[in-house]
Amino acid sequence: MHNREMMARAAWGTVAWLVALVMFFPIYWMLITSFKTEGAAIATPPTFLPVHPTLENYAAVQARSNYVLFAWNSIVVAFGSTGLGLVVAVPAAWAMAFIPSKRTRGTLLWMLSTKMLPPVGVLVPIYLLFRDWGLLDTRIGLVMVVMLMNLPIVIWMLYTYFKEIPRDILESARMEGAGLWQELLYILLPISLGGIASTVLLTIILAWNESFWSLNLTASDAAPLTAFIASYSSPEGLFWAKLSAASTLAIAPILILGWFSQKQLVRGLTFGAVK
Amino acid sequence: MSTSTEHVAGVRPAGRSRRKAMSREKLVGLAAVSPSVILLLLWMAVPLAMTLYFSFQRYLLLSPGSRAFIGFENYSFFLQDPAFLMALWNTLLLVGSVLAITVIGGIGMALLLNQRFWGQGIARILAISPFFVMPTVSALIWKNLMMDPTSGFISWALASIGLQPVVWFTNWPMLSIILIVAWRWLPFATLILLTALQSLDEEQREAAEMDGAGALPYFFYIVLPHLARAITVVILIETIFLLVVFAEIFVTTNGGPGVQTTNIAFLVYSQALLQFDVGGASAGGIVAVILANIVAIFLVRLIGKNLEA
Repeated sequence: MHNREMMARAAWGTVAWLVALVMFFPIYWMLITSFKTEGAAIATPPTFLPVHPTLENYAAVQARSNYVLFAWNSIVVAFGSTGLGLVVAVPAAWAMAFIPSKRTRGTLLWMLSTKMLPPVGVLVPIYLLFRDWGLLDTRIGLVMVVMLMNLPIVIWMLYTYFKEIPRDILESARMEGAGLWQELLYILLPISLGGIASTVLLTIILAWNESFWSLNLTASDAAPLTAFIASYSSPEGLFWAKLSAASTLAIAPILILGWFSQKQLVRGLTFGAVK
Repeated sequence: MSTSTEHVAGVRPAGRSRRKAMSREKLVGLAAVSPSVILLLLWMAVPLAMTLYFSFQRYLLLSPGSRAFIGFENYSFFLQDPAFLMALWNTLLLVGSVLAITVIGGIGMALLLNQRFWGQGIARILAISPFFVMPTVSALIWKNLMMDPTSGFISWALASIGLQPVVWFTNWPMLSIILIVAWRWLPFATLILLTALQSLDEEQREAAEMDGAGALPYFFYIVLPHLARAITVVILIETIFLLVVFAEIFVTTNGGPGVQTTNIAFLVYSQALLQFDVGGASAGGIVAVILANIVAIFLVRLIGKNLEA
């Protein structure tokens, strides 16, 4: 009896591992291909480990196009939009969590509903306005768009974290005569540092992978990695190994961040509906 | 817990000064919230109004002189365009298929990964990784390294068990897109459902075991009802993102062959930025907004309910 249970457990564990490996396989395959020569990348039968591992693809990616520039654009957009978003969102989330009014619930839900508006609904005017204002293919333009795109999520996430802070703590600080800014800077921020860090992590991931606006609003100067990778869709000769190297570089940082933020991701992406 | 709205400030000085303190608080609150509200208004409401306005105009970027008010002509043109009907169908097909795959697969994967087994943490990380891969990368890796008919991994795998390779993007273009998109969203569903599973009471499980409940009744009478809410959330949130899938189509098929993989998002894009028809694209955009709103109403209600609880 006991033995059979152990067997069943081991069997189901094996199935779980198999499923996990199948899901991860394309990423593994990309990683391996990035170390193969172009010839080996398309060879049949394929090799599951690079026989003569090479780094030439990584060098070629930088030589073929200015990879560093695109990576820098991604970094600027991810961190810029997140930083700007926090500056706007922290006061809003704080006020709604600690000074709720009759309109708070409606405001929160309205903010959420703006997130549900499909971007194609505003693509045309945003594109024309950006064209007229000279913001097409600029980093500042993309930073603004991505910031606004994520703003509802940032406010919501911060709101759910702030809600969990016992109100007494802020009240007693106020009794001691702490001013508004002191209350925000010295009491609220340190207490909710974990929540804020989670929010930042999620926003960076979302901004890094954002592809609709980056494909439509940028060309060469401000294109982040999402748009840069898209340039591999019209191939020139053998390119799989180079595509793999460029892709590996593009997803590695966010993959690692993502591994550390699974829990927060759930909370942020479900607007607190699943914790 | 803290549902009281009357003692907002918590500061309780007596009489008049109390009222004064309250209204000062309210002002501060208003000042703190308004930048966000104004920004979001500018970002969404204003462009949306412009889209609506454009949608009633003949507005071709290549012949700016011909701009004029034409009523519902863009809509009637758009709605009668066979490409639009195809795009509508493709949108629904994509959303429906990916939802089916990710919800059913996600429940299975969440149950598997929720067991205790050797290396559970690592297996979980590996299974969830595809969600962090940017759409342009996942689409190109799948299109080339995996699905290529001559050198792709899948072709090799099929050939080595004696099957014919599949010419994915020529013969099954929509299925290919569905698979690529589902690969990215299956981990999302798994992640949410796994989180929900973990809050399932250990005691409940043990009680069910004591009562001698088999695995199937346990699943249908305890696990599934417990997951109901998380499943609803997964369906609603995925629908919002799946309605506007764009990058995967943009880098693999460009909507083709013909319009076989064109969804509404891609149709609006090609109308606006490839054919420079601002009026027509705007009408399409409004149609997309209406579609999304139908879903959004349900989601906002669900989350609003949760807000009160």
